[in-house]
Amino acid sequence: MNSDKILKYVLFIASLLILLIAGGMIYSLFRGAIPSFHQFGWKFLISSKWDPTQGREQYGALLFIAGTLFTSILALVIALPMAFSTSLFIGEYFRNTRMAAIVSTFVDLLAGIPSIIYGLWGFYVLRPFIVSIGLSPQGYGIFTSGLILAIMIIPYATSLSNTTIMMVPNELKEAAYSLGATRLEVIWNVILPNARSGITASYVLAFGRALGETLAVTMLIGNANIIPTGLFSTGNTMASVIANQFGEASGLQLSSLIEIGLLLFVITTIINAVGKFIIKKMA
Amino acid sequence: MNEINTTTKPSILSIEDLSIAYDIDKYAVRNVSAKIEKNAITAIMGPSGCGKTTLLRAINRMHELYPNISTKGQIKLYDENIYDMSTIKLRRKIGMVFQRPNPFPTLSIYENVIAGYKLNGIHMKRSERDEIVETSLRDVTLWDEVKNSLHKKGTFLSGGQQQRLCVARALAFKPDVILLDEPTSALDPVSTAKIEDLLVELKKQYTIVLVTHNMSQAARISDNSMFMYLGELIEYEDTKTIFTKPKDPRTEGYLTGKFG
Repeated sequence: MNSDKILKYVLFIASLLILLIAGGMIYSLFRGAIPSFHQFGWKFLISSKWDPTQGREQYGALLFIAGTLFTSILALVIALPMAFSTSLFIGEYFRNTRMAAIVSTFVDLLAGIPSIIYGLWGFYVLRPFIVSIGLSPQGYGIFTSGLILAIMIIPYATSLSNTTIMMVPNELKEAAYSLGATRLEVIWNVILPNARSGITASYVLAFGRALGETLAVTMLIGNANIIPTGLFSTGNTMASVIANQFGEASGLQLSSLIEIGLLLFVITTIINAVGKFIIKKMA
Repeated sequence: MNEINTTTKPSILSIEDLSIAYDIDKYAVRNVSAKIEKNAITAIMGPSGCGKTTLLRAINRMHELYPNISTKGQIKLYDENIYDMSTIKLRRKIGMVFQRPNPFPTLSIYENVIAGYKLNGIHMKRSERDEIVETSLRDVTLWDEVKNSLHKKGTFLSGGQQQRLCVARALAFKPDVILLDEPTSALDPVSTAKIEDLLVELKKQYTIVLVTHNMSQAARISDNSMFMYLGELIEYEDTKTIFTKPKDPRTEGYLTGKFG
């Protein structure tokens, strides 16, 4: 056998392994979720009872879905103006300057921080701060989690947005300037319409990240199995309940946790697919 | 040498001892003085890097978009120093067409023509808008080709049509002067000829300043020609004179293809 052929087989096996691992993971999720699915059917999605007491076990995912959506949407709402401003700063106003390079480096730095660090910082700094300004007695809950999630997804939204903003052809901006447009008018009428799909995709992908983020949220949300009633209410998310309970769970409870995992997997996959589709359409 | 004035014909722009530097001591344009004749085509020629595009852009202050630029001297439009005017007002009086056709891809042909009004937030009645669009497109002889697809995107047009659309966009404000930066360098010969015919037609209503490194284009359509070299205005004469009896050996060298 010649070396070309060996290389080909090695590459083939490595790629096949990826397919097997991904496929196997999906298969195990489905398999693990079967008992829960048999027991609760579609009601699993609309029930907010989570009761592991022996004898009257009942599980539903609604409150976790609600908690996940509330925190992630809040994170997106907070992150959107921040990421948008930062990406305009880097990609347009201070483009190719030292200042932009510094800000851009810090954005990348934020993206690289492990989520446990965010959680720690949120727990020891952000949470007491929220208590001290009197927003909430304990500092746990939707707001604190949404805030930390926002900080975590800002770098993702920023870096993709600013790439697409920089991709808007200079000729178009010059055309607008030559017609007497101000910088704000150029941003509003030229940069935004031309970078719109990329910016949208960046928020969709950032939202996808927020949905699945576990550790930092688990440390801050309060892990109360209730449907959040307001901004400062505690709650629980899909990722957090799995992280909190998988160790002691067995039987139907474990199967229900796995079904929540499957749901989270499906939702984030769809969100990512939508984001990638927008990017692909743009290119 | 730089104090050149071609004729006693009425001038519209007066460039007075203009110097433009990108960094300290890196001059793109050096001590240029010239008067631009009204209702004529003035061509600016010269080898790459001679400062011709910077000089052109200085006329509607587009050069200020480059970083770290410094400008000395002045340019007068009629009697007003353009460096005392707002760029918004100035650029409506002095329009620009670029090297590559650059219609706004998200806008229709119709919207592209009135893009200047839209960008500046000027509201008009529908009939006024329609009239500006039709007149501008007729002026660039594009009307008959696009009148049935005004609301389609401008990017579906051919390169030559797109460039005429960009001229129409610049004309929509009824400017005094139109600046063109090598407007045919991205076009095929047929489209180029159309643009050249168009410019000759347009000079009846407008003053045209054209940067070109196509010497035969300058010879064909311009009334006056400047030759620039290393940031300096070497020679500025009526086109016939500069092409037949250049005074400076550098002009002659460029025109005969010895460098460029």
